[in-house]
Amino acid sequence: MSKILEGIKYSESHEWVKVEGNIAVIGVSDFAQKEMGDITYVDMPDVDDEVTAGEEFGALESVKASSELISPVSGTVVEVNSDLEDTPEKVNEDAYGAWIIKVKMSDASELDNLLDAAGYKALIKE
Amino acid sequence: MSDVIIPEEQLQRTCLYDAHVALGAKMSPFAGFMMPIQYDGIAVEHNAVRQNVGMFDVSHMGEIFVEGPEAEAFINHIFTNDIRGYEPGKVLYGMMCYPDGGTVDDLLVYREFEPEHFLLVVNAANIDKDFAWIQDHAKGFKCKVENASPAWGQIALQGPKAEETLIKVLGYNEAAKLGFYEFCDVLYKGQRLILSRTGYTGEDGFEIYTTPANTVEIWNCFLKAGVQPCGLGCRDTLRFEAGLPLYGDELSQDISPVMAGLGMFCKFEKDFIGKEALLDQKAGNLTRKLVGIEIEDKAIPRAGYPVELDNETEVGVVTTGYHSISLDKSICFALVDKAYAALDTPLNIRIRKKVFPGKVVKKRFYQTNYKK
Repeated sequence: MSKILEGIKYSESHEWVKVEGNIAVIGVSDFAQKEMGDITYVDMPDVDDEVTAGEEFGALESVKASSELISPVSGTVVEVNSDLEDTPEKVNEDAYGAWIIKVKMSDASELDNLLDAAGYKALIKE
Repeated sequence: MSDVIIPEEQLQRTCLYDAHVALGAKMSPFAGFMMPIQYDGIAVEHNAVRQNVGMFDVSHMGEIFVEGPEAEAFINHIFTNDIRGYEPGKVLYGMMCYPDGGTVDDLLVYREFEPEHFLLVVNAANIDKDFAWIQDHAKGFKCKVENASPAWGQIALQGPKAEETLIKVLGYNEAAKLGFYEFCDVLYKGQRLILSRTGYTGEDGFEIYTTPANTVEIWNCFLKAGVQPCGLGCRDTLRFEAGLPLYGDELSQDISPVMAGLGMFCKFEKDFIGKEALLDQKAGNLTRKLVGIEIEDKAIPRAGYPVELDNETEVGVVTTGYHSISLDKSICFALVDKAYAALDTPLNIRIRKKVFPGKVVKKRFYQTNYKK
């Protein structure tokens, strides 16, 4: 069974969002990291890049597969988790601790389009 | 790899299908078969083969037997390599080509101990196409062609401890005497077993051909002896590091052996289908060549990604790429315009939105460890 944290939001493409004021902290769910297997590389945007809800902002790579990361919100990247450049396996070890980017949201109402823990649990049907 | 989508109920199963499911393998369609991609993780399985010993179910491969007084002449007519002068017990690698030089398939030819008998081992995805091609061209030669693929299972036992393991588990001391690309016939439960010192990993090892029932028994014996089961995931990472082509990626109807840098397996002092076109390509009349490219980043160049110059002109495409498990480098095979195929030529690879600088390197990324 994959771990699902209460109190944060989820996208249908398996990213999670933790809201801190007007900042969205974004990572991928435990379910997503299990599906990917051993993650060998996290492709991240640069600070000050614009991201758009529903559009790609980076990718996770395992040995065999590459999986796009889709931004759950729109805004400006204010921080990237550069630890993941050298230790991408942290996404496997602790999917909810290993945040990927922080985004200053341009439209916080986009959060309403995301799932809560119960909704996400229903989505992955484990 | 094959992109044709076949409904699961129409996919074939090898004799080891139940064994894979029992081991909890991640199964996926490949070449018309339901095959194990991984059991314990690609890196674990990859490292087992590099450092110890691993085994693969390769029962999906095709076995086509050719026999008759003109079998040798016939095979030499469709095969780029030259089997004349090769003794019984020898294996030869080469291709079958179309008249325009494009590749029908790459294959192994075994000269059997029985005179005028040969075994051709072909890629699973190409069995029907190859068999039709071989039958069509055999007309006019005194020989008989038989596709015996369903009657044979095959296990590849690969790694530095393959010989030791094979002898310990199955007792075939003959294995120690085989050099690379040599085989012998033995019996298992009274039935024929071909012990072939060949493989597709860059390591020493054996390919073991026998009946499907024997294949299942032998698989279980190796499993009990602690041999790591390995899926197609690491089969691809291993062969790639060793610079070995995969039909469909580095060889195809559009990619000739000469374009793929496999000209050494084409013998131009004899006649064979495709010779004129390949000679012409060898003389420089070709547009693209297969190269190795290494990039200075951990991003992974994958099949289909564009290869570019600094001014963003596209000059090629990636055919296979990984972050190499054994070398900890991001490397790929790519087909590029021949003007950019020389070693050390700077080339960039576009990975999603970013461009990563790299350079042309030798295709054999990993130092192979074959038995001499």
